Formats: sequence, C-alpha cells, structure tokens
Amino acid sequence: MTTATAPEGVTGPPPEEPPAARPSLGRAFLDNLWTANPVVVTVLAFVLAMLTGAVLIVVSDAEVRATFDYLFARPSDAIEASWTVVSEAYANLFKGAIVDPEAVRGAVSGDNTWELVFFPISETLTYATPLIFTGLSVALAFRGGLFNIGAEGQVIIGGILATVTGFALPLPLGVHLVVALLAAVLGGALWGMIAGVLKARTGAHEVITTIMLNYIALYFLTWLIIQDGVRDPGRTDAISKKVDGASRLPHLAGGQLRVHLGIILAVLAAAGVAWLLNRSTVGFELRAVGANPDAARTAGMGIGRTYAIVMIISGALAGLGGASQVLGTAYALTPAFSGNVGFTGITVALLGRAKPWGVVLAGLFFGAMQAGGNRMQSFSGISIELVVVLQALIVIFIAAPALVKAIFQLRAARLGALQTSLAKGW
Amino acid sequence: MTVTTLPAAAPVTTGFWTRTRRLGATFAGLGLLAAVLFGALAKPGVDARFLLTEDIQGATVTMPGRPAAIVFGLLCAGAGGALLAGVADRWFGWLLGTALVAVVLSFLCWQVSAAQPGLNFMPVVDIMRGSFLAALPLILGALAGVLCERSGVINVAIEGHFLVGAFAGALVGTLAASVWAGLLAAAFAGLLLALVLAVLAIRYLVDQVVLGVVLNLLALGVTGFLYEEVMKTDQDSYNNPPPFPVWEIPLLSDLPVLGPALFRANFFLYLALVLVVVVHIGLFYTRWGLRVRAVGEHPTAADTVGVRVRLVRYRNVLLAGVVSGIGGAAFTLGSTVTFNKNMTAGKGFIALAALIFGRWNPTGALLAALLFGFADKLAGYLQNVGSVIPSEFLAMLPYLATLFAVAGLVGRVRAPAADGKPYVKG
Repeated sequence: MTTATAPEGVTGPPPEEPPAARPSLGRAFLDNLWTANPVVVTVLAFVLAMLTGAVLIVVSDAEVRATFDYLFARPSDAIEASWTVVSEAYANLFKGAIVDPEAVRGAVSGDNTWELVFFPISETLTYATPLIFTGLSVALAFRGGLFNIGAEGQVIIGGILATVTGFALPLPLGVHLVVALLAAVLGGALWGMIAGVLKARTGAHEVITTIMLNYIALYFLTWLIIQDGVRDPGRTDAISKKVDGASRLPHLAGGQLRVHLGIILAVLAAAGVAWLLNRSTVGFELRAVGANPDAARTAGMGIGRTYAIVMIISGALAGLGGASQVLGTAYALTPAFSGNVGFTGITVALLGRAKPWGVVLAGLFFGAMQAGGNRMQSFSGISIELVVVLQALIVIFIAAPALVKAIFQLRAARLGALQTSLAKGW
Repeated sequence: MTVTTLPAAAPVTTGFWTRTRRLGATFAGLGLLAAVLFGALAKPGVDARFLLTEDIQGATVTMPGRPAAIVFGLLCAGAGGALLAGVADRWFGWLLGTALVAVVLSFLCWQVSAAQPGLNFMPVVDIMRGSFLAALPLILGALAGVLCERSGVINVAIEGHFLVGAFAGALVGTLAASVWAGLLAAAFAGLLLALVLAVLAIRYLVDQVVLGVVLNLLALGVTGFLYEEVMKTDQDSYNNPPPFPVWEIPLLSDLPVLGPALFRANFFLYLALVLVVVVHIGLFYTRWGLRVRAVGEHPTAADTVGVRVRLVRYRNVLLAGVVSGIGGAAFTLGSTVTFNKNMTAGKGFIALAALIFGRWNPTGALLAALLFGFADKLAGYLQNVGSVIPSEFLAMLPYLATLFAVAGLVGRVRAPAADGKPYVKG
C-alpha cells in the first residue's frame, strides 16, 4: 500500500489517491495465490495427502502392480490401470460422503427413494458429531496451553455414565435424555479434572497423565461391561444393556437415516466455545494463560485454577462426544464403542487450527472421509484404513507448513502469517 | 516458542518430608495394610506353594498362607519404617527393593492360598519367563525413549515404531524366509519413521508431542491398510514369518529359577539386556553420553562449547528408531508369529510409562519394564486360578504407577530440561 504524499508547498485538501495504489481483488488474489497462507497450505496439504494415498492404493493393488512389471515396454497400461483404480476409489469416497449422482437420477425418475440421496450426507453428519465434540475439547485445551491427549478417556467415562443412566434410571421422555447428557458431561469433566488438578497442584505434565488416564478408563470399561447388572443378559459377548428409548438422541430425518440431534448440539457447543473463548472473562484468562503463562501470572491470574477449569470444560466436551456415540448411534457400550474419536479429535483440532468454527468444518470433513471410506471399502474393495492414513498425512503437512512451503516453493505469506503449533516440553 | 514452567506449583521437598521419607511412609502404610488385609483374606490352613522348577514335581517353597501374608506385610512395613526413620539412607535401594518384594509376596501368599482348590501353587519359573517376554518390547521401547529424550526430543511415537517394526519384520521375514532379514527390515522401518520424526521435529520445529501422536496414527493407518490389502489376502506367502530360535546358554541356563527364564531365551532378550548395559554405560560414562545429556539439558550451553546440537539429536532419534523398530519385531519374530492389525495394543505407551517411571534412566527403565511385564503375566495367572482381583485392574497397574510417579506422590520424576524444545541457533 502506498500513501500519496502532497507535493511541497501545496496546502488544502490533499489530491485524491490514485486508484492504482490499491490492488484490485483479483490482483490481490493472484499475488497471494502462491504464498504460504493458511488456505493455500491447507489445500496443498490435502493434495499431498491424496497423492500419497494414491501411491499406497497403487502399490497395494496386485493387478496394478503386475502392469508395472512391463512399465518400460508399455507404460500406458500401468498409467491407465493406476488411474482407473485411484480415480474409482476417490470417486467412491466422494459419493459415499456427499452425494451419489446416480441416486439423484434414480430419485428423480422414481427408481429409488429420496432417502438414498440424503444417505451420504446423513452418514457424514453422524460421523462428524462426536468428532466435533472431541475436536472442540482438544482445541479448547490447546488455546489454554494444554495438550489434552486424554479426550479418548473422557469419551469413555462420559459414555459409560450416559449409558448407565440411560438404562438404569426410569425417567420420562425428555427428562431422561437431559439427565443422561448431564451424566456424560459430569463424567468427562471429572476425568479431565484429574489431569487438570494434578497439573495445577503438582505440575505433572498433562500429556503424561492423560495418556495414562486413557488406558485406566479403557480397562475400567472392559471390566465394567462384563459385570452383572451392566452386561446384556441375553448376550454372551461383552456388550452392555441397551439404553432406554427415552434417553436416545432422536433422529432428525426419519428412522431410515442415522443423523441425530447430536449434530445440532455439537454446533451449539461450538457456538458456546466460541463465545467462551472470545467473549467471556474465563476465556480471556484461558487464552492469556495459553499464550504466556508467566505474563498471565504477573497480571494476577491464577494459572493453576485456569488449568483446572480448562481441563474440566475440555473433559465435559469430550464426555458429550462419548454420549453422542452411545445415545446417538450405538445405544450400548462395547469395549470399542468410542471408535477412537478421542484420538481423531486431536487431528480435528489441529486441522481446525484450534478455532471453534474451524473445528466444526474439520469435524465435518473427517466425518465425510469416514462415511466415504465405508463406501470405498465396500464398492472399490479398498480398506477404510486408508482414511486414517489420509487424515494423519493431512495433519502432518498442516502441522509443518514450512515443509509444504519447501515442497511447493511457496513465497512467504504477507497475509495471515503461518506458524507451527507451539512447541513445549514435558 | 514458549517455555512453560510452573515454579510456584512444584513443591520443593525440603525439611522433614524428603523423597526417601515419603517413600518410606508410603511403604510403611502399604505394608501394614497388606498385613491386615491380605492376612485376613488369606484362606486359613491352606499352604501357598511356589514351584521353583519347570516340572510340577520339582522343588517347592511352601508357606502357610495366612501367617506368611502377615509376615511379609510386616516386613514391608519394617523396611518402610526404616526409610521413614531416616536411619538407613545408605541402603536406600536395598530397603526399597525389600519393601516392594515383600508387599508383592504378601499379596501372592493371599492369592495363592485363596486360589481354587488344587491350584494353590504358583509356577515361579513360568511366571518369570513370561514376565521377561512381556517386558521385552517394553525394555527396547523404553530404551529408544531414553535415547530420544535424553537428547531433548520427545518420543510419543514408540507405539508407531513398534507397529511398523512388527509389520516390516513379519512381511520381509516371510518373503525372505529369514528371521535376520526380518529383523533388518524392522530396524529399517523404525529408522524411516524416526527420520520423519527427526526431520519434522528438528528441522521444521513441529511440536513433538503433536507429531508423535500423528505419527502413531500414520503408522496405525499404513500398517493396517497394507495388512488388509496385501497380507490378509494371502497370509501364507506374506504373513508367516519364521520365529527366532531359542538359544540356550550352557551352564547358566542350569541355574535354579533364573536360568530357564533368563538364559533359555531368544535373541531379543539377550539383545535387550546387552543394550541396557551399553546405553547405561554410554550415557553416563562416555564422552558421547555427556554430550547427549548436555544437549538434552541445556542445548545453548552445549552449542557454546562446540557440540553440534542438531547432529546429536538427529543421531539419537535415528538410533532410537532402530531400537524401537527391533522392539516391534519382537512382537512378530519373537513371541507371536503373525502380524495383526494394531497388534501392539498400547504396549508402546506402556514403554513410555516405563521410561517415565524409570526416570529417563536405562536401568530404571529396565526395572520398570520388568515390573510392568510381571504385572502383565500375573494378571493372566490370577485369571487362571480364579482370583477375585479382576485382571483388568492389574492391567491398569503400569498406568496408575506412572500417574502416581509424575504427580510426585511417590517421589518426583523430572524430564531432561530441554526435552521437547526445539533448538534454534542464535
């Protein structure tokens, strides 16, 4: 931006700024297209992850590998075969996550129901629900300067309490769901509080304590499930009784589609976290402590108290993630009911750059990958484990913007400076 | 880069309550509790037999259950009392060992005497061998952690190293029909993953805990994907590695109890024990070790006197990758025979716990790993004799112990000062 300076000796109103001084929107767009700003790096991280995933697909497919044996004799075969398998896999990933054009055509002509058209979106939202909760949990802790690896354990404890209240208490419709959700909040908050209080009182690093608490929760779950009174009497495997209908999160779009009230609660939670972070005193202290604990202490804030509060709220959010698993989809506890949402929540928070609405988008994106991965597995025969690989790669590239910048020879950004997540010791 | 410290929160144990006294008080209380509780619960008039040889007719140590449980409990209380009184600081290690062993024996006397009729004996040799086998990957993983973290790079990715090592060991071991090729491949796979960790942590300054978590996810995804796509279709030709033969050391293997457990083992156990000694001597008695520790505690000072901080870190992280890759191979080439998805099931995190519980010290890590291995094996034994103690609670033990250790309830553990902080020159 240049500032027009008035010529010497001229007084009065300065001459109008030349219009060329301010670059047009298009110009600014082009200028920033190849710089290392967050949007470009995020997009390129997706591209890199998809490319790496494509390599894995090609390498693991025996038929395609066979065409590489005579690569130099007829390279077109190898390229064609690779393209076919990769494009088909990613197309199925998309169709399973967003919409399948054929289903739309079928619905228009009356060959299938409209529910089939909305099935992918419903699945995406269903998978996204717990991820948004756990992502918010981890993101909030990040902003408070804590790394909550323990979302998994908080999900488990929250899920346990939600389930037990769900099948044990005879409560009327409406009240029961609220009580079960509160129980989950309480359980998650309690489990998070242990790590927070230990950090505040003894300085024990939250990464270590939350890792340990994850496994303690997991073993507690595997023990609890097979106890009389919890285990489903009609089953021999490790599964608990089903929660009452009154405590289930109601479906939003009819019984055929799985999407449930949880997604709305998740978005509300994101709004709540956004308000808490940006508009409340607690949030201000939280961010201050996260940004610079020494300065915050000098300013008179209670560091230990803030750490405890952060972990309690963070745990409560993760507990809701557990509730959405048991009250929204599974309706019963199994040893693996959490579906790793606590760990995936970490990647969601990183992808969402620890911002509430970023977490919602990231959660939706990872939910979409999960939903699409199911279709990819059944239609293209490519294991859903690929989704985990893609998620991990995306987050690695996002966490290391300097690497993406080096690979693509991006210019340094002028808008929106990028930084790696804060590095701290134990 | 912010450095969080909690000077106000960390209690300085000066005055009367030194670490020794706290430990003494803990064990005195524990011993008394054991004497009362285990003594009361032990079945009166039933002997607890400890079988010292491999065949069931061999030598046994037989003790009356109830009196023995009480005596051992009191012994533990006595040792704890001596520590508490502060009369025997010189024999700290011995007293601590005595207290620990006595409380475990008290517990065992109760458990063995209260076992189902006919099962009132404990095969000590079998338990010991099983403990060593269970501890094996933990020892190697914790050693890798020592190498990494002593140089100032946090390694949360031990689990991921285990997985890639186990996978590569199984795949290449099967393809080449050679355990040594498998071992080499496992070491190489560990090295590759460590290279990613090293480059991103040291060159691109990514938060090391975040990185570790994501690398675990990546390793889980990649090995899971390749397992589903390549191995599962043809288990015989891709996932059927030959096991390492058992090497018996003459003479030593004839030692009572310890001989069959320790000197009739496969390559991995010998390697692990040798490595503990090598790393311990290397770290504390050589120039290399001094430099590593200097880099881990105060990189700026090390740099000032001409130590190349980044080089030392790269070297150690890569070395750690090789060690933990081999630790992963122990899963497939050592004990179990075929690779399975997520077969390490959290063992990498127990190795991390052993590292922390062993105070970032090779010998401490070995002892912690053995303790955790023993807990693992004991859980299986107690389940077999129909104990009232749920095996899940014993499985929690490593995590609980670590939780107490970092919280400073039983002494304090402290990580290397610069652990997890990237070094930027200038």
